[in-house]
Amino acid sequence: MSFSPIILWTDALIYLLVVSVLCFMRYVRQHEHMLTPWKRVGHSTSGMSALTILLFFLIAGLLDSVHFRPALEHKNEENLTVYSVEVLSVLDILVTPLRTQVEKTYSAPLATHLYAKETIQLPDGEQIRAFARLQHGGAHLQNPETEYNGDIAWRSAQGMALGLAIWSVLTAVIILGLARGHPKRIPQRIAAIWRRSTEIPWHAILVTLFILSMLIGWSTMLASHYHVLGTDKVGQDILYQSLKSIRVALVIGTLTTLIMLPFALLLGIAAGYFRGWIDDVIQYLYTTLNSIPSVLLIAAAVLMMQVYIETHPELFETVASRADLRLLFLCIILGITSWTSLCRLLRGEAMKLRELEYIQAAHAFGVSHWRIISRHIMPNVMHLVLIATVMDFSGLVLAEAVLSYVGVGVDPSMISFGTMINSARLEMAREPMVWWALLAAFGFMFTLVLSANLFADAVQHALDPRTRTLARMTLPPRNSVEETAFLPDSPAPASPLPKPPRHP
Amino acid sequence: MTPLLTIEHLETLLHTGAAPVYAVDGLTLSILPGETFALLGESGSGKSMTALSIMRLLPDAGEIVAGQIRINDIDMLQLPETAMRKIRGKRISMIFQEPMLSLNPVLTIAEQIEEVLKQHFNLSRQATDARILELLEQVGIPDASRRMHEYPFQFSGGMKQRAMIAMALAGEPELLIADEPTTALDVTIQAQVLDLMRKIQQRNHMAILLITHDLGVVAEMAQRVAVMYAGEIVETAPRDAFFDHPAHPYSQQLFASLPGKHKRDQTLTVIQGAVPSLAQQFSGCRFADRCNQAMEICRQTIPQWNAISDGHWVRCHLLQDEVHQPAQSSIAPAPQETAAARPTMEKPPQLLQVTDLQVYFPIRAGLFKRTVGHVKAVDGVSLSIAAGKTLALVGESGCGKTTIGKSILQLIKPTGGSVRFKEQELVGLPRSQLRQLRSRFQIIFQDPYSSLNPRMRIIDILEEGMNALGVESSRRSANDDKPTASRHDEIDVLLQRVGLPAEVKWRFPHEFSGGQRQRIAIARALAVHPELLICDEPTSALDVSVQAQILNVLKSLQKNLGLAFLFITHNIAVVEYLADEVAVMYLGRIVERGRIDEVLSDPKHPYTQALLSSVPQITPHPDRRTVAVTGDLPSPASPPAGCHFHPRCPHAMPVCKQSYPLASSFSTTHTTHCYLYPQESDSNQYEH
Repeated sequence: MSFSPIILWTDALIYLLVVSVLCFMRYVRQHEHMLTPWKRVGHSTSGMSALTILLFFLIAGLLDSVHFRPALEHKNEENLTVYSVEVLSVLDILVTPLRTQVEKTYSAPLATHLYAKETIQLPDGEQIRAFARLQHGGAHLQNPETEYNGDIAWRSAQGMALGLAIWSVLTAVIILGLARGHPKRIPQRIAAIWRRSTEIPWHAILVTLFILSMLIGWSTMLASHYHVLGTDKVGQDILYQSLKSIRVALVIGTLTTLIMLPFALLLGIAAGYFRGWIDDVIQYLYTTLNSIPSVLLIAAAVLMMQVYIETHPELFETVASRADLRLLFLCIILGITSWTSLCRLLRGEAMKLRELEYIQAAHAFGVSHWRIISRHIMPNVMHLVLIATVMDFSGLVLAEAVLSYVGVGVDPSMISFGTMINSARLEMAREPMVWWALLAAFGFMFTLVLSANLFADAVQHALDPRTRTLARMTLPPRNSVEETAFLPDSPAPASPLPKPPRHP
Repeated sequence: MTPLLTIEHLETLLHTGAAPVYAVDGLTLSILPGETFALLGESGSGKSMTALSIMRLLPDAGEIVAGQIRINDIDMLQLPETAMRKIRGKRISMIFQEPMLSLNPVLTIAEQIEEVLKQHFNLSRQATDARILELLEQVGIPDASRRMHEYPFQFSGGMKQRAMIAMALAGEPELLIADEPTTALDVTIQAQVLDLMRKIQQRNHMAILLITHDLGVVAEMAQRVAVMYAGEIVETAPRDAFFDHPAHPYSQQLFASLPGKHKRDQTLTVIQGAVPSLAQQFSGCRFADRCNQAMEICRQTIPQWNAISDGHWVRCHLLQDEVHQPAQSSIAPAPQETAAARPTMEKPPQLLQVTDLQVYFPIRAGLFKRTVGHVKAVDGVSLSIAAGKTLALVGESGCGKTTIGKSILQLIKPTGGSVRFKEQELVGLPRSQLRQLRSRFQIIFQDPYSSLNPRMRIIDILEEGMNALGVESSRRSANDDKPTASRHDEIDVLLQRVGLPAEVKWRFPHEFSGGQRQRIAIARALAVHPELLICDEPTSALDVSVQAQILNVLKSLQKNLGLAFLFITHNIAVVEYLADEVAVMYLGRIVERGRIDEVLSDPKHPYTQALLSSVPQITPHPDRRTVAVTGDLPSPASPPAGCHFHPRCPHAMPVCKQSYPLASSFSTTHTTHCYLYPQESDSNQYEH
């Protein structure tokens, strides 16, 4: 075997999450009344565009979660395959050139020379200070001054063409899928998408896909010969770092939320619903926890973890597994410290809900506390939970950055938005400024958080049975009263509102 | 006389949803100086939108698209906003429905009135204070010089509404728009406020545009009446002409749907269906779909105004000369229930027996939350309900009616006393044992909007009680002799019983109107086959026509299933229609109880007398005694010593301040607690 698969702790949790999401989807598909509100998520234009982008991030994150150790060429004494100590992921393999083409130090996006002057020894022994050529970026150019623009333009055009090809394939797949194998329906579907009259806003999805595939095509064509987003202090490609950071951000955002949610939901609702001494205990608990500076708590916990890791090196085969355990531990600690605000919110909401008459009616039926909580209170606080967790998502990604700065964040060997921002922070003061690392981290994080927000917004909107998500047909302009008086036979336009049923 | 306010062909649009809604559609009216003009209509008919259009205070989604509003020949729709500010509060003032929400809680009453005075008059400091004092005294706020510097939370509901009126009067307006001014108030307070408005109107010669849904209030206050339906006025008439001969079928049906004593043995006439969507274009009469006299022409041609008598106009095809027919006779009398079918003589067994029930809520204060006092919400109440009978519990808000209902169900743990349901003591029963009894008694709540979980389908809502209590299909009521049916069939039967089609079970509560939701709430309670239903003001949030539907449903359920009701309400007309016995509550205690005819036709306790005489009547009784009640309901945390009612009682004697009166009996069923009548020595339950 040329590789040995490795399942890190966070990988396992991610797989578990994916499986449970798939099971939930299966369950929803089998229940018509649960499927209907989820179908309405598909009606939101912004939500579906956001989902398209989120899917891209998710795919990148999932590819980066399949880890293995490649086999080395030499064998050991017992003729067994020796595996590299370096743990790679599928994403690493896909973007191998980005990973391996390392420069000496900073270089600007799409540059051919380093960003700083250095002393170069010419073949004749003379030494000059100049911007050295990059080892990989634009290395194929003989004479960068003259060839550069033409090469960039040519490769961009190729990239665009590649992007267009990717998009065309995706569009064809979607349209074929929509037509469900009936070739006759294809023109009709295309027309419907063009007229924007489809129930799911395919036009918006296709536009988003177009932009995405253009960007991907363009960067693919250029990335093989240039550093599209430049390089950092040690010459690593920024685009590669950004792609690798996606997984860490997703892990911190989702796993922390998963750890936090049970605390917040159970304790918050229990406090608000039962009141009395339960409420007192829970309130004291979160007030106490809240009054300890969370950075201190996290720092203490992470440092303890670090000591444990360092005293037990035999537990970890590779650097990656060590870094991974630290990441998992960080998630747990962040989860334990960050449930208080959502808990307080839910306590207030549960206190409001418990006085409502439908809960009183349930009491009058002798419904058990657990059923009241799960059937009446939980569904009515889910919108708060959804909003709060998505809001927390961005906060957690930023918290990771702050903690990495204090030195208690992710392992230094792990690439994350936090470590990227942290290292870029110092370079902001340089003259000339190194701006690309920060901008790349910012751009990726912003897109991720914004699309998560938009999607959560659409979900929350659709799950509320009181809202309508499809715009109804508008009425033709109303005639004046006089006009209708002369035309007694003209039928009244049908009421666009579904009339409430008439009852005897 | 030249009219003060003229509105011509006013059209107000509301841009909500996809299609604009014509909230007001071609409304024309005029109000003379010094007159009270009542705009009567059910919710959603566009009354409040008319008021807001006059003030030009429409919400952002609203827009006046056509018409004229003139006050003394100034076209208000042409005025710039700065000029409008000189009209609002100065020439036209408005008071709103909810006094709790229309006063700013962080400003004192004086500061809020001063704001109006500053806007319209240039007064000195002293003159302003003097004017505020004068205004507050004018609206009958006692000790005004001290209370003007208090905050709204220190005022009771009635006092807040008085302060609102004082604020509205500050600019000496020519027209006062009162948008449901007394809907949120209790009957005795409502009587006070209406009386005040009448007095002020006479003194200031001010016109009032009274917006209300209450026919009683209209009868007491208005000189002219306009009935609004679906955005337009369908009938306008002087008061007496309107109440003697309502001409439009809608007005007639509104009258017919009012509950009352003389309709006890009938089902109430209901107006079918709902107010049509105002987003559509009407090609005929808007009421045609719900009208019981609709003809072919009604659906095809928009009716024009027809004069019946001087000043009495109606928008109806029936009253065009050629098709005119006596309208009253065409209302088919509702099917009579034979009075003999109601066994009144034999005394049925008691279903529920409540003895000396006490519910105290502790008032806690300080760091360790020590109990410093008690709010005696229910303080020694005894009542009993026989199977298949209705006991009405009447009282003003805050007197503890709802607390009694909930503590009978053990939703609130009583502090003392006993609740026996068929010889089974409920107080102190553990939760698991109580659960087995839960299906025997159920509750229907006041607000149909918060009594159904918005995220559950109707079928889930109805099944909840069945699942929780393990109600089997076999346990069906005796008069339902079908074989055991599945859960779904049973739900269909339940929905049918409350007059809803079976297919609604797949929908969510927000798709239903208030009346339909209330029926679903009734169906939910019926799902577990209860013997006693506690109805906590089930119709007070509903329109008159919808109220009639709910009352009919309740009455037919009692007849068919033999349910007993504890009917908690403040609406005397509903009590007259539905109840067999009545208990009048004041501040946590029952002051008078007896059979319905005994109490309502011959009230003994001064509070009962005051309560009954405060109810606005449609038909004026020449011999009606008006018993004035002053002041507000005291706080139940510190009830007055002796008889709780003595500070407000017109017959208060020194002894009333000393101890609570004992019971006085007038018949085996009719008792009261008042020193005006001979005291009985054997009953000593209130001597604490």
